[in-house]
This record gives sequence, C-alpha cells and structure tokens, in this order.
Amino acid sequence: MPHRHWEDFSPGRVFESEPRLITRDAIVEFAAAFDPQPMHLDEEAARAGMLGTLVASGWHSCCLLMRLLSDSFLSQSRFMGGPGIEEVRWLKPLYPGESIRARATVLEMRPSRSRPQIGFVKFLFELVDSTDARVMTMIVSPMFARRAMDDASREGMPSL
Amino acid sequence: MRFFEDMAVGDVAEIGQHTFTTEEIKAFAARFDPQPFHLDEAAAAHSLFGRLCASGWHTACLWMRLATDHRRREDEARRSRGEPVATLGVSPGFRDLLWPNPVYPGDTVTYATEVVELRPSASRPDWGIMTARNTGTNQRGEPVLSFISSVFVERRKAQQS
Repeated sequence: MPHRHWEDFSPGRVFESEPRLITRDAIVEFAAAFDPQPMHLDEEAARAGMLGTLVASGWHSCCLLMRLLSDSFLSQSRFMGGPGIEEVRWLKPLYPGESIRARATVLEMRPSRSRPQIGFVKFLFELVDSTDARVMTMIVSPMFARRAMDDASREGMPSL
Repeated sequence: MRFFEDMAVGDVAEIGQHTFTTEEIKAFAARFDPQPFHLDEAAAAHSLFGRLCASGWHTACLWMRLATDHRRREDEARRSRGEPVATLGVSPGFRDLLWPNPVYPGDTVTYATEVVELRPSASRPDWGIMTARNTGTNQRGEPVLSFISSVFVERRKAQQS
C-alpha cells in the first residue's frame, strides 16, 4: 500500500516528475479524440489560426500533468481523488517535440471537517518545458487518507 | 463559430450527450489518470467513490469534444447559408471546476454551455474574450461537472458587419 499519508505533506514541499517528450503524433491523437480543432490536428490548417502553428490541446496538457504526477508522488501516496480544480492557466503553447516536466508545490494543508479520516492538500501544479518556462499552472486541493484511516482498516474496521 | 458581436450574455446551448462505458473509463485512466478507483472495481469499492468511476479529466475532456463538434455543426450550417464563420482562438484557462458527483459506467452525461461575460480584448483589437459557464448533468439530473472557461473569439471586421 502507498506509504505517504496526509500527515506526511508539509507546506513548501516540492515534488518533480521525470521529463517526457511530447511528439506530434501524441498531440494529434489526443486532439482527434477530445479536442478536434484545426490548430491541434494539422499544420496546414493551424496556419490560419490564432497561433499560426500546430500546438497541443490545453486539455492534453492537463491530462499529461495528471499522468506525470501520478507516476511520481501520487502513486506513492494515499491519494483519494479531488473535488475540483480552482484554476488552470495556459501560459505558453505546448509545441511538438517539447520535453516537459511536472512540478507540485504544497501550499496549504487542511483536515476535512466532515470526514476525519481524510485531509486536503492545496498544491500549485506546474507544467514546464525544457527551458523551465511554465506552459501551464494549476491550483488544486486533492484529498489524501490520514493515517487513522489505514490504522482503522488494519484493526478490521470499515475503511470509510 | 459566431462572431464576438453576435454573442449575448445568457445564450445557452445544449452541446450533446455521452454515455461512459467501463472499457473507455479504464482505457482513459490507464493512459492519463491511473488511480485504482478508475481502473479496478475491487479497489474502487474501498475508495470514497464506492465503485469504479470515470476520471474527472475524462468527464471534462468529453465536454471539450462535444463543444468542438457542436461548433463544427454550427459552422457548416452557416457556410451552407453563405454566412461568414468566425475563428475560435486560444483559451487563457478556466477556473472553479467542480466534480460534484462521480460518473459511473453506464451514466449518460448531457453537456451545456452558457455565455456569462463578453469583453473586447484590450491588447488584441481583432479579438474578444468570451467567458462561459459549462456544465455536465447525468441521467438522474445530478450535476457531475461545472467550470468557468475563457476563450478568444474573432470580432467582425468592417466589411462583415
């Protein structure tokens, strides 16, 4: 079972993912499924658009960030999902051939009032390119199990 | 796409529906959001969601897909009437996204969008910024998604007005 509980986070702590190369094919494949606009699908058609060149869907950036953070610290944590996203800013286009990394900085910690076995951790998530320029930022407060939840389940009590 | 000048605060459109299958929920999660509660029924039974449910990113990405398809149908109708079609620009982001209820296999989500604010871009005179409140509602009438998005929309040039 993942070992990091809500109590193990602290404000200022930073987690970084491995880098990942974003290919043109990956950009087009995602766009064909979820965001089939010309600027995400085809170089020629993208020329007539606002940016004039092929770029990744902003939703693709969100999904890549989720995957990169899942493969780094979230998979080692008792992550319980999130009720929403406070804010996403798409600051810089994500171009084909770019190598990106995700970074998570803990901003605040808050226990759940209604569910004492979980707590919220407020993060700044950043997606950065190979020059460390920010492609996207996200403010989000996901839920993590507290140690008491797993202590209770080890004693044979229901986990929730 | 309608031009910025042709939009009004309060304009509402139902953009489409999607039924989420177990197979696509797991395939999306394996790719982008590999949490046990999106991948495995037994693990999901012990999660806050009670059973297997779709990644919230999956629910949100289907909004984008259906919004794009809706705009394409509108553009085709406009072209067939000989009317000009506006270019949709980039989005600076979104805020206040909520997933109030999980989306379970077999759920059908109806998506909608409502214009909540229109303002000309200060730095780009050819563009306006349209702010919308976007929602997804399941077959029981329960909200499963809402968020506030912004996007650049082309303004009419003198010869098009």
